[in-house]
Amino acid sequence: MSMPFYVAPEQMMKDRADYARKGIARGRALVAVRFVDGIAIVAENASDTLRKVSEIYDRIAFAGVGKYNEFDQLRVAGVRAADLKGYQYSRDDVDARSLANSYAQMLGNIFTHEMKPMEVEILVAEVGLDPAHDQMFHILYDGTVVDQRDSAAIGGDAETIKIRLGETWTEGLSLPEAVKLGAHALGGNDREIPAGDLEVAELARTNGRRCFHRLDIGELEAALA
Amino acid sequence: MHALSIPHATTCVALRYDNGVVMAGDRRATAGNLISHRSMDKLVEADRHSGVAIAGAAGPAIEMIRLFQLQLEHYEKVEGTTLSLEGKANQLSMMVRGNLPAAMQGMVVVPIFGGFDLRRDCGRVWDFDATGGRYEERDYVATGSGSLHASTVIKVGWRDTLDRDGAADLACRALWEAADADSATGGPDALRGIYPIVASIDVDGWRRLDDEDLARRFAAIVEEVRAR
Repeated sequence: MSMPFYVAPEQMMKDRADYARKGIARGRALVAVRFVDGIAIVAENASDTLRKVSEIYDRIAFAGVGKYNEFDQLRVAGVRAADLKGYQYSRDDVDARSLANSYAQMLGNIFTHEMKPMEVEILVAEVGLDPAHDQMFHILYDGTVVDQRDSAAIGGDAETIKIRLGETWTEGLSLPEAVKLGAHALGGNDREIPAGDLEVAELARTNGRRCFHRLDIGELEAALA
Repeated sequence: MHALSIPHATTCVALRYDNGVVMAGDRRATAGNLISHRSMDKLVEADRHSGVAIAGAAGPAIEMIRLFQLQLEHYEKVEGTTLSLEGKANQLSMMVRGNLPAAMQGMVVVPIFGGFDLRRDCGRVWDFDATGGRYEERDYVATGSGSLHASTVIKVGWRDTLDRDGAADLACRALWEAADADSATGGPDALRGIYPIVASIDVDGWRRLDDEDLARRFAAIVEEVRAR
């Protein structure tokens, strides 16, 4: 009879984390930047049809990096949970914090109990009625939640991008300024990302009930000009 | 069924014009012979390019609309694209059919549905029956206890050259005549400042007419009736 090899729990967790991190680092990054009317999300995405950024609810957006099928599964679960909660109680009762918590639970459970962790990092952003209540939650592959205030970066090379964002971000940006800042932070000094390779959406207080709006190519080019 | 004193809702119309659809609904709900609500919203935006109006038992009807709106938005968010206009009408038809057991006990819900079909670039309107039957009409539809009067007004006044303004005037006139002849349909309430809900849907989406605009349109009708 063969004996299974003993693997220390520390080693097992480390292996899983390395595996997840490797998968995430392969993909392109995205950033979220707070501007005067809300939050702009800028993603590097060569596809016109497969989205990294999407709407969850009236004031909440979702962005994911890593393995597409895995974060899309999380996105759909989020839309379902939010719609159900808003229908059962009130639209006002749907908030990003509780959604971020349930994502953290899901990812944490999968990380510890399943064979393979999810190779994703996600961002849940909520635009408040005033700038003081704008919120962003960065959720990692193992269920760690980090709340972020002015800007966030997730995906490959996120640390470098975060430093660039920190250097250039200021209070009271306009939407075009925020988009430019985000695109520049993604590309760095030596690379300019063409508009066709960007996916940009805004969550703006000024958009009425559904704050989410995806910028089409015309709007995007105008913002970058 | 009136012995139950369940609030009932009443006259709604939808008609096509050259670039879209105009929909209108009165605001009164009745329970038996009493007026139970004066400012009910029977006509609502289903999503950006469609509207739904209801007649029948108010409770189940409002619940149906709420669920319908949710389903359209949910589909849009999950799939990343909106349902086709026909798909929306079909969805609504299934919900009406689901209400059939309640309808047999007197709580009938009969909606009308209208919207702008982005694929065919035209306005389209549907009416339904209590079993979920879905019927697309060419020019106009009406539902509720005052629908006979309202649809006669539209039938006489409808032209395929109507523009948004003309269609809105015709819808207001239809509701006026329905309210004039049907006790369960509310007319414009200038005293309280409550006017029917009138909205248009075209390629740019749902646009509701504001109360000042409606006040002017109904004042014009009053003048015309008085001058006869």
